[in-house]
Amino acid sequence: MLKVISANRAIAEGVKLSRPQVVPVYPITPQTSISEYLAQFVADGDLNAEYIRVESEHSAISAAVGASGAGVRTFTATSSQGLALMHEILFVAAGMRTPIVMGNANRALSAPLSIWNDQQDSISQRDTGWMQFFAENAQEALDFVINAYKISENKEVLLPSMVCIDGFILTHTVEPVDIPSQDDVDKFLPAYQPTHAYLDPEEPMSLGTFTDPDYYMEARYAMEVAMQKSKKVIKDTYQEFEEVFGRQYGMIENYQCDDAEIILVAMGSICGTIKAVVDILRKKGEKVGLLKVIAYRPFPQEEIYDVVKNAQRIAVLDKNISFGIGGVLFNEIKAKMEVDASGFILGLGGRDVSPDDIVNIVKQTRNPTDTDKINWIGLKEEE
Amino acid sequence: MDIPEEEFLAPGHRACAGCGATIGVRLALKMLGKNTVAVSATGCLEVVTTPYPETAWKIPWIHVAFENSAAVASGVERALRSQGKDDVNVVVFAGDGGTADIGLQSLSGAMERGHNLIYICYDNEAYMNTGVQRSGATPYGASTTTSPHGKESFGEDKPKKNIPMIMAAHGVPYVATASISYPEDFMKKVKKASEIEGPAYIHLHQPCATGWGYDPSKTIELGRLAVETGSWILYEIEDGEFKVTYRPMERKPVNIYLESQKRFKHLADEEKERIQSYVDQVCAELKI
Ligand SMILES: Cc1ncc(C[n+]2csc(CCOP(=O)(O)OP(=O)(O)O)c2C)c(N)n1
Ligand code: SF4
Ligand SMILES: [Mg+2]
Repeated sequence: MLKVISANRAIAEGVKLSRPQVVPVYPITPQTSISEYLAQFVADGDLNAEYIRVESEHSAISAAVGASGAGVRTFTATSSQGLALMHEILFVAAGMRTPIVMGNANRALSAPLSIWNDQQDSISQRDTGWMQFFAENAQEALDFVINAYKISENKEVLLPSMVCIDGFILTHTVEPVDIPSQDDVDKFLPAYQPTHAYLDPEEPMSLGTFTDPDYYMEARYAMEVAMQKSKKVIKDTYQEFEEVFGRQYGMIENYQCDDAEIILVAMGSICGTIKAVVDILRKKGEKVGLLKVIAYRPFPQEEIYDVVKNAQRIAVLDKNISFGIGGVLFNEIKAKMEVDASGFILGLGGRDVSPDDIVNIVKQTRNPTDTDKINWIGLKEEE
Repeated sequence: MDIPEEEFLAPGHRACAGCGATIGVRLALKMLGKNTVAVSATGCLEVVTTPYPETAWKIPWIHVAFENSAAVASGVERALRSQGKDDVNVVVFAGDGGTADIGLQSLSGAMERGHNLIYICYDNEAYMNTGVQRSGATPYGASTTTSPHGKESFGEDKPKKNIPMIMAAHGVPYVATASISYPEDFMKKVKKASEIEGPAYIHLHQPCATGWGYDPSKTIELGRLAVETGSWILYEIEDGEFKVTYRPMERKPVNIYLESQKRFKHLADEEKERIQSYVDQVCAELKI
């Protein structure tokens, strides 16, 4: 059924279709309407879940770990300051192998305080052991939630997932979204059956134990193995999804890259703008393409390399910065593969990125002056 | 009562028309004066008063995050003390969410340590800045966007968390409740709080037109109705001594208060009666 809804609503619909039993959430702009839609679903009897009105994000994710540890499907959602407050428990959720799914409305971090979009919040959680999927639009937001449960709950993986949507640009913008039927989703995503972690008096187990140096490293190694294995699980899951729902996804999306001389690499909603610019430049005869990174963790290095290896140069667009070294995606790509790349920092704290900016990025990438330079797009000159 | 004319919160800030929170801050700062440092938690007040590059604060002011204003104030107070500036007032303005929920841990720590600060919770009974979600201070029956009424729900299903009494249990020298609609009572309490050595806590009831759903010209009236119906009680606890500071001549039925706000409009008679009997019980104990 086609409905015109925001990405926040799309996430909420995806959650409802996935039938989580426990939903602890805490409001924060621009995620808030996710928690509001879910509250309304529960109040109206449309979602049969325990909705926990927690008093902070630290408690939201803690309750989610408790619920998932007790063996049920669990959802939470947050943004920015809230995600940062969850930081400690994000490690625990992953280390305890709780297949929680979380929606994150990407927003800048304080100070100065900003409620607007960039991707610093989730990028800063990259080492916690969570998988991260960046949606370009509301349809992907909904689909990624359903897929995330199936991927996270896979026995080979058992790591939590974050579905990231750009604040306001996606969270508060409406577009047509195809909402799958409950029957189809039930078949694709059967009820969660925990076999590794559940709190059951009939079969007592201890979760979150104390480990000495004899065991800790193996636990961390197991997480790395799971993260690597998740790549195949993601591909298989998307394949199965396509067979049922007809929409095709991968860890990355290749848009006009096959013969491209210049390839732009980016994540999230900005990819929509870039696709439009690619179309315009292609009409003028410029061989330009977009590589959209959907799965940021696990990091799809083979998939990226396979697409960019024949390009003359690539441009990596980061809505985040690791101070002193530059954009995180740019540095990870540079570290992992032999490519000629320029890095661009843009869109921080909601700074608008226009099609002209993208055209300029293509120009600068073709003729780089200094390839080590961190290029800032849209920065106001000192007055 | 002698009320200074000087204002320390400038007009032209971005609060909604008829905002009770900014009235509360104006009144408090009239008592505390220039020699004051303010700390705010994230929330309406912080957002509406500091749209960079402007600020409405004529005194030094700091905001760090949502959950930690009492801890930030602890640092400010000790830093002033270490510089010999013991005469500077340190005042916190935090919302009910920043106090009763996410900030309760840091507030408890600060109260226990005995910092010389005044913590004013401006209570509009929900998370207003993010668009009216329930908080621990949301009253029974109120419909908010995270405690909505619906087929299976009549709105918030728990009574308001009693933060002033939790503060009193910390054994701090001064705890009071107040309302922006009783400015003299409130200002006297702020004055007292500033003269006391050690932590003082004031819980300030503050109608919010946007979140409660009433005409913005009625803010003061709503605050009065809360007190006149016994839904909000004005008291202070000084060195452990409890005293009601205002007694309505004749307590009005709670219905008048409930029916003047959109957030209670959906309530059935049964729930309204439950609210009335709860108020009756509390007031009976206090002989109001
Ligand atoms: C850690 C964190 N979580 C959530 C938020 C989002 N947030 C900002 S203000 C606010 C509600 C504030 O409510 P309250 O303290 O009652 O103040 P009010 O806005 O009502 O004045 C929320 C949820 C945040 N800034 N930081
Ligand atoms: S929402 Fe309420 S508390 Fe916030 S600025 Fe408006 S009137 Fe004041
Ligand atoms: Mg509030």
